[in-house]
Amino acid sequence: MPEKKYWKWKEIETHKCIDDLPPVPLSLPNYGSMGATGDWRTFRPIINTDKCNQCYFCWMYCPEAVIDIDSDGYPTIDLDYCKGCLICVHECPKKAIDQMREKKEQYEEE
Amino acid sequence: MANLKDLVKDPVAGEEYFLKGNSSCAGCGGEVAFRWIMKALGKRTIVVAPASCFNVTIGLYPKAGPTIPYLNMAFAAGAAACSGIVAGVAARKKLDPSLEDIKVLCFAGDGGTADIGIQGLSGAAERETDFIYICYDNEAYMNTGTQRSGGTPYGAWTTTTPTGKRQHKKNIPMIMAAHGIPYVATASSGFPLDLYKKVLKAKDIKGTKYIHVLAPCAPGWRFPTELSIEVGRKAVQTGMWILYEIENGKMALTGPSKYLIKKESRKPIEEYLNLQGRFKNVTSEDIKTLQDWIDQQWHDLKNWMTSQSS
Amino acid sequence: MVTVQKMELKAAARIISGNEACAWGARYARVQVISAYPITPQTTIVERLSDFVEQGEMNAEYIRVESEHSVMASLIGAAYNGVRTYSATSGQGLAYMHEMLHWAAGARLPIVMGIAMRGMAPPWNIWADNQDVMAARDTGWMIFFASTHQEIFDTTIQMYKICENHNVFLPAFICLEGFVMSHTEMPVYMPDQELVDEFLPEIPKNGWPHFFLDPDRPITHGNLQNPGGPAISPDCWYYEYRYLIQKAMENAKQVIIDVAEEYQKKFGLYHGDLIEKYRCDDAEVALVSIGSLADQAKVAVDLMRDMGYKVGAIKLRCYKPFPAEQFQELANRIRVFPVMERSMAFGLTGGIASVDLKAVLYHHPKHPLVLPVIAGVGGRDVRVEDQIEVLKAAVEMAETNELKKDVILSGLHQ
Repeated sequence: MPEKKYWKWKEIETHKCIDDLPPVPLSLPNYGSMGATGDWRTFRPIINTDKCNQCYFCWMYCPEAVIDIDSDGYPTIDLDYCKGCLICVHECPKKAIDQMREKKEQYEEE
Repeated sequence: MANLKDLVKDPVAGEEYFLKGNSSCAGCGGEVAFRWIMKALGKRTIVVAPASCFNVTIGLYPKAGPTIPYLNMAFAAGAAACSGIVAGVAARKKLDPSLEDIKVLCFAGDGGTADIGIQGLSGAAERETDFIYICYDNEAYMNTGTQRSGGTPYGAWTTTTPTGKRQHKKNIPMIMAAHGIPYVATASSGFPLDLYKKVLKAKDIKGTKYIHVLAPCAPGWRFPTELSIEVGRKAVQTGMWILYEIENGKMALTGPSKYLIKKESRKPIEEYLNLQGRFKNVTSEDIKTLQDWIDQQWHDLKNWMTSQSS
Repeated sequence: MVTVQKMELKAAARIISGNEACAWGARYARVQVISAYPITPQTTIVERLSDFVEQGEMNAEYIRVESEHSVMASLIGAAYNGVRTYSATSGQGLAYMHEMLHWAAGARLPIVMGIAMRGMAPPWNIWADNQDVMAARDTGWMIFFASTHQEIFDTTIQMYKICENHNVFLPAFICLEGFVMSHTEMPVYMPDQELVDEFLPEIPKNGWPHFFLDPDRPITHGNLQNPGGPAISPDCWYYEYRYLIQKAMENAKQVIIDVAEEYQKKFGLYHGDLIEKYRCDDAEVALVSIGSLADQAKVAVDLMRDMGYKVGAIKLRCYKPFPAEQFQELANRIRVFPVMERSMAFGLTGGIASVDLKAVLYHHPKHPLVLPVIAGVGGRDVRVEDQIEVLKAAVEMAETNELKKDVILSGLHQ
């Protein structure tokens, strides 16, 4: 599914001073409205396409809508935003999704 | 039967209306509900969200998760603000007929529906306001940290009922059915496609439509996030939550609830209660009280259905 | 004795009550959404509006809500769309919708409400009193008081032009006293509808410039704004957005003056802009009053002038934004300002408007005196003689330049 940009009609700019402000604060639709929520994870879900039968239950149940379907018909997980709730791991009828603990080094880099 | 492979490619249902990376909790049952509700309603929807979790799950200014006009609103004002929006759109429609397909949705929590918002909801229903009101029920005031509400079940732990709530859950769907509105339904986050179908049906009905969705809450109900969907499913399978719809006074059970009229076909309610930390300290008397209450709910529904066929 | 403004009659005069004048004003302004809930003494406003709508004389949506809180919530919902809205309430109803008043002002929606002011309970009282409106003074709503039925009609129409000004976008109250104004009848001259249509701005096609409900331009309103401030956490501008309401109030002052002047040019009717001065040019004492008391004050001033006193009257037409500059200019000549009103600032001395006037004149180099007068609370009758008594007391204080009493409780049984 194509990635949409939701700020076509107005650019989101950071305001510099009170005179820039419109009368009312309005927010615009955007990915990552709380930042890169991928760093909330303790465990990362990993889809095993060998076992996947493309039932799309993971796509249906994912609360965050981070599961997209690629051109081969397999689900893929957007790890920038996946919060690691592991619903997909638990619900997959074929047990095709594994969970892996996020490595400490990935955080120590920051 | 909705086919997931078709839905993925559907121009309306295949799109996401609550963008990823928002501030909802991991595994939020309410977010599953909202996602599927919006897949049914589509782009031409205006959403009003009175005070609830869904005021803070939308992310931080200047970014927001929803891709449709989304209005946070004061706590008691959800349904009345929807009445106003419907009237405003009607006034604009006179000059611009292309607004004919605009739908108005009020997405409120159980506190904003059963407690502080019930006056506005009752008034809007009585006025036959043409909107959809969906209550996502996480069975407590979750946004402020799990305080008990009218929707909290008997025996549940909350911060204001630490030894367990001693009153039963308020039956809002039946209250709304008593208003005589054209469509009342219950749904669960554990069965998103059932919810999707109900919202699709409600979309085309004129008048006030009410849908009550059970939305399991991992931090508030105290269970691991991966069990969110399973808790919503077990609630229905044990008979604790009944899926039905009432169209113009005619009731029908939907989904798995269709096969659970006989008590023996339902799983024991311990299977549902044991998954959640908030029921950790229920005694066997509490379980019996809950079981009796649920049996009474089924009994009343059975009576409704038998009397309507005669 | 009392001068009546001469005006060119463009249309017939109707002898109507103050409440009906509100309804006719909303009708001439082509209001699109009305929300109605009854409460004495404003009920006939919404009743008259429902007559207009049901008989097809007015093309508006009419919502019969179940409480005043829902009145304001539904008007906010309707105004979000970019449509003209109107409703009316009083006393307890205004208090009930208080939470939503803040919301309407914070969302900068140009809603206009008629308030038939009445006393707050307990004890139960439905007659003229200012306490209900004064309690809402810091919500960000503009507050106007009308002293004649003609003024109610004219101000209601002017309000839409002021509120929908792009530098303002604030909601407004038009306040009339319960029963004294709402249920008495006076002639009101009404112009042609086409002239009012020319005077008022065009109704927006797709929402206000700053707020719209358009699926092609989706917006989210009301995200959390942390306290931080842009230096600490970017995009946390709560303090600044709230301060914008103050800036809008300041812009509104000039807009109010301009609109009043424009209305006079077009329709020949003028009731003052932020204040209306009566015989103040050479006065030493000027009685500041609100509503019908201001109209009656002109009679008192004339009688005092006949007796040789140099007094004048000031009608506080616009209370918020407070006409600070106008009073500061008058304070160069006027020694004492008695302020007569029907409210009490509990915990402070005097009525609420007098407290604000004292604040505005505190740093004035001439140090005028402000004499608070509380009269007519709960609809108690205020006679011309009472106003003359107040003026005489003020004249005495002007001579000695000393505030002998810190408040006059006019009409209170001791």
